Amino acid sequence: MKDFHDLKIGQQIKFSGTVYTARDQAHKRLVSAIKANKKIPFDLKGAIIYYCGPTKTPKGKVIGACGPTTSSRMDEFAPILLRQGVSAMIGKGNRSPEVVKAVKQYRGIYFLTYAGCGALLAKCVKAKKLIAYADLGPEAIYKLEVKDFPLIVGIDAKGRNIYGKN
Amino acid sequence: MRIIKSQKIRAAVSALCVKANLFLQPDILALLKAAQKKEKSKRAQEILASIIKNAAYARQNKLAICQDTGMPIVFLQIGQDVRIAGSLAAAVNQGVADGYRQASLRNSIIQDPLARGKSGFTPAVIHTEIIAGNKIKITVLPKGFGCENKTQLKMFKPTAGIAEIKKFILDAVKSAGPDACPPYVVGVGIGGTADYACLLAKKALLGKTSTKLEADLLKEINKLNIGPMGLGGKTTALAVKVKTYPTHIAGLPVCVNISCHATRSASRVI
Ligand code: SF4
Repeated sequence: MKDFHDLKIGQQIKFSGTVYTARDQAHKRLVSAIKANKKIPFDLKGAIIYYCGPTKTPKGKVIGACGPTTSSRMDEFAPILLRQGVSAMIGKGNRSPEVVKAVKQYRGIYFLTYAGCGALLAKCVKAKKLIAYADLGPEAIYKLEVKDFPLIVGIDAKGRNIYGKN
Repeated sequence: MRIIKSQKIRAAVSALCVKANLFLQPDILALLKAAQKKEKSKRAQEILASIIKNAAYARQNKLAICQDTGMPIVFLQIGQDVRIAGSLAAAVNQGVADGYRQASLRNSIIQDPLARGKSGFTPAVIHTEIIAGNKIKITVLPKGFGCENKTQLKMFKPTAGIAEIKKFILDAVKSAGPDACPPYVVGVGIGGTADYACLLAKKALLGKTSTKLEADLLKEINKLNIGPMGLGGKTTALAVKVKTYPTHIAGLPVCVNISCHATRSASRVI
């Protein structure tokens, strides 16, 4: 697992490795599974969660457009996932003070990626596998192998927020 | 009386869904390029460059510009001398489904807003208007919800001044902040009723800018330093578009509809 602890807000990196897509409904299900002590469909420890619901996959392609969705909708769930060991979140836009606090407490990190550039980001995805919640369609959890995926640090492990205090 | 077969409408809607989602409109692209030249900050320039690159990549590779291919909104301006053979609503929705399926767009529409459930491509939101003539103008506007969620409506007092209204519009942009993919296109509807002001704001996104009020608002919004991706810069909005309509002596409805840099639409007359 990559160590993101030394990264600072505003820093830009290119990430290669594994991320899991999850957005609104997947978060709701994950968190109710955690609360009910049920099995989680993938190992949250060290996992990177990408707030993304891709389009359908065009013929012959790995994935369709797959940019970030608005992170703040996941704010109520994010601290619970961070406590379970999620190492990073990727999305767009600002987060709640509770998320900033949880990132600091659990030494996680929040990355931004190029918002509204879903076609370009598809280029960085080398493999895609359905992991869970197929019935959710675009909101299912997919495991993506990415190469040189562009990230900008939004909230660092010290709890600094690129968008300032909120 | 001219008879138009609903199948013709279906085919046109389908083609427009594909066009709107895959090809960024030339006017938006031109505004993005102009903004890139004006930006001093390296980060803002880089983000605008990648938005421009994204549009080119989408076009060349037949990918959606953005994964949120929106809730499809279909405007139909129907000439009063037209008779439609077949079901209009069915033709529009079948056209949307055809286009979205063909271009592998996203099935973002759920049937029940409360129960949620499995998502599909339809239905679209359909607005019809009867106009003169014997043609139909069809416009498809796929509206992403990152920005649609930032819509604001306020019923002002009829005695409210322009300064108050401007502040409301600026505050709506501020509260969208970095979340809804700035730089924005800001649609404003003023007048009518509550529902009509919202429709005006949405329709405004399709129009051109021409007034001093729009130019002034754009200038003020671009002083907010929200910038591309909310990371600072001179380009918080690409355009402000205002549409007005007569209203009641007792009121002054104002709706702000924020649209992201992926403001997409396509039209055709049949
Ligand atoms: S706000 Fe617009 S550009 Fe951003 S994700 Fe939604 S549709 Fe795409």
